[in-house]
Amino acid sequence: MTNVSEPTNTRAELGGQKSARSSSAFLAHHFATAAQQLGAAKLGMWIFIATEILMFGGLFCAYSVWRGAEPEIFDQAHHFLSKPLGAANTIVLLFSSLTAALAVRSAGLGHRQATSAYLFATIACACVFLVVKYFEYSHKIHLGLLPGHCFGHPGFSEAMRGGREVGTCLRLDASDAPVMPEWLRAVDESGRVRVLPPRANMFFGLYFVMTGLHGIHVLVGIGVLSWVLVRNIRGSFSVQYYTPVDLAALYWHLVDLVWIYLFPLLYLVGKPE
Amino acid sequence: MAAVDIETATVHPGDGHVAPDANYLVAERTLRSWLVTRDHKRIGILYLAMIVLAFFLGGVFALLIRIELFARGRTIVDAETYHRFFTLHGSIMIFLFIIPSIPATLGNFFLPIMIGAKDVAFPKLNLASYYIYLLGAAIVISSIVIGAVDTGWTFYTPYSVQSASAVVPMTLGVFVLGFSSILTGLNFMVTVHTMRAPGVTWTRLPLFVWGMYATALIQVLATPVLAITLLLLAAERVFGIGIFDPKLGGDPILFQHFFWFYSHPAVYIMIVPGMAIVSELIATFSRRAIFGYFAIAMSSIGLAVLGFLVWGHHMFVAGMSEFGTMLFSALTFLVAIPSGVKVFNWLATMYRGSIVWASPMLYAMGFIFLFTIGGLTGLFLGALSTDIHLTDTYFVVAHFHYVMMGGTVMGFLGGLLYWWPKITGKMHDEALAKVGFAFVFLGFNVTFLPQFVMGSRGMMRRYYDYRSEFLRFHQVSTVGSWLLSLGLFITAYVLLDALWRGKRAPRNPWGSAGFEWMTETPPPVSNFRETPVITRGPYDYHVATPEELATGWDEVADDEPGQGDKS
Repeated sequence: MTNVSEPTNTRAELGGQKSARSSSAFLAHHFATAAQQLGAAKLGMWIFIATEILMFGGLFCAYSVWRGAEPEIFDQAHHFLSKPLGAANTIVLLFSSLTAALAVRSAGLGHRQATSAYLFATIACACVFLVVKYFEYSHKIHLGLLPGHCFGHPGFSEAMRGGREVGTCLRLDASDAPVMPEWLRAVDESGRVRVLPPRANMFFGLYFVMTGLHGIHVLVGIGVLSWVLVRNIRGSFSVQYYTPVDLAALYWHLVDLVWIYLFPLLYLVGKPE
Repeated sequence: MAAVDIETATVHPGDGHVAPDANYLVAERTLRSWLVTRDHKRIGILYLAMIVLAFFLGGVFALLIRIELFARGRTIVDAETYHRFFTLHGSIMIFLFIIPSIPATLGNFFLPIMIGAKDVAFPKLNLASYYIYLLGAAIVISSIVIGAVDTGWTFYTPYSVQSASAVVPMTLGVFVLGFSSILTGLNFMVTVHTMRAPGVTWTRLPLFVWGMYATALIQVLATPVLAITLLLLAAERVFGIGIFDPKLGGDPILFQHFFWFYSHPAVYIMIVPGMAIVSELIATFSRRAIFGYFAIAMSSIGLAVLGFLVWGHHMFVAGMSEFGTMLFSALTFLVAIPSGVKVFNWLATMYRGSIVWASPMLYAMGFIFLFTIGGLTGLFLGALSTDIHLTDTYFVVAHFHYVMMGGTVMGFLGGLLYWWPKITGKMHDEALAKVGFAFVFLGFNVTFLPQFVMGSRGMMRRYYDYRSEFLRFHQVSTVGSWLLSLGLFITAYVLLDALWRGKRAPRNPWGSAGFEWMTETPPPVSNFRETPVITRGPYDYHVATPEELATGWDEVADDEPGQGDKS
């Protein structure tokens, strides 16, 4: 036998004796050992996370291009995002990442009840996050800060000059109004009247797309974690096999991590005043 | 090892009643067993059916374009329809055909077999990627009904934001197709990392697997960027977020950067699998160990890496900084190095080899010839001074058709003919296959060679009408497209004819030392009767015994259990 290298060794070391019979309930037919199956699942998840990072990377790239080109827009427009709500959501997500990690730990120790509790806490945090997000979004839409056609609405600047809120945004045909808004005066989150530079719609466009895509990931996370929770309650996992808990938690950490970048880049980006 | 495998083979939880040693084609016979199969071989065949359909549809649009250009002015359709035709030709050929073509069909079928695995790492995901492909394809096709897109397959802003055609359904469809592509790539990467049989070290991986691995790397890393680009484009159209549309303060050049950051690496998603097949063909039909194994393997990875650094060469005239264009130009020239490494290693493999002029080998030779032309004309376009004159001319059209059609499609056809006996268990008609090749090769050159000349004389691409001096060139080109399609129909007939009337294929009809030929024809459900233990490389003709080349591995193993490796 010449040079039978890594694959054999890995399987022999990690899989060993307990492979086939003890784990046959969850071992798929095409894997030789449970360790091989776990390795494949984890690698797959990490590669998936890499694709997610690249997808968000496109948005972060667009963000850097525009921020580099028009820093004053970011400076002014970010005052329209609520720092307390953003900070609260950051804490909620960080805490949920902790509970997700604890769920994996207790699953590894075979504490089924604790795992369920931690998973439930994670899902609850995710829901809280979305509820806060809902209030933020609806407030901004109410202010008429939706990008594009809405933002270009001349009534927006009129109403804002009087310090009143515009109410729901009126859609206009593109031909009806100058789409590029003039310098706008508007009331920000802290009640101060600010001047928004033209093209500030681009900031809110980025804000809605980035947090929106992140929000979709939170929704998917709720679905995945609920499915794992149900399986855990049903007793599908054991000390030998809790891969889905592990992978769902990995995914949840990614969702958390993206927010950790979104919060400062969108909410805290301005110059100190 | 053997004990473990027998254990798992009998447990077989996925589809319990299927005997793992049965021929995969007839192990189960119901339609349902095909539609919900998790067998990578069957999924490869499902993909093949759809991809051939997509190729046919894209080809019909190509023929319509060529007929329209046969005479000046209006020939069969108006200018508006003509724009829709070339957009649909490009979109269908790229997103529905060429990107999934080799990885999803031949790659799906042979990658696990070549590394001695029973299946890909995630069989359910593999099936899911097929249905996601179908969904994406359905959305793309539906956009034809809703209002066929007229932006060109590149969807450049600002026109794609303003165009009245169904840009959103089309981009949504491409977005969905991207998911399918990512899942295939992810599956392949994990499979190569974790599923190799004992003895299949990284330096014994067949070059086809190396090529698939490099392709998977690009699919996984580049496609998400296309996804976000198309999402932003859709958001731009629907909500007017102002990222790409200059009317809203956006930057159309940013769209081009985003788009080509995916779509240039995607060029290597298309060509590297073709190269991967050719590496196998050249070794088998030269009866020689591949020359420069390591160099060829690394050049695939090199192409994957360099592919990410050169997107700017699509935008030399778009208004980048002069420094940026120089940098991208210099990086573009670097791509010639791994490409050259491959071509010279293939030639060195053939040198003093015992070359067999089988039909797959003809396609491999055609690949080398056409890809070399396509690759070298790429350098004209990578050079700043010539590119300014050649941008958006037929020279570009001819260049990428020489690479894509002359490269990938030649490799795909060669691979199909080469592996058809293993896939179907039937031998095709070699003589007719060679006639088919002659038409494809001749027709291809007659179609696209005149386009180089036209392009260098100023014929712009995507134009509906042209000056009379180009008339002859266009007519020759159109006649060539008919020859080419005749050749493709002959080849399709050869492949289908083999199914019904072909002789039963032996285990290893080409006498290859490759691992996939060492199992039965057609392969059993679990690919090998027992997990092989590999003790030689896939090109070690000096180590492989004549019996092994004739009867493969497990027949020996039947006589002497546990000696399947016979080291």
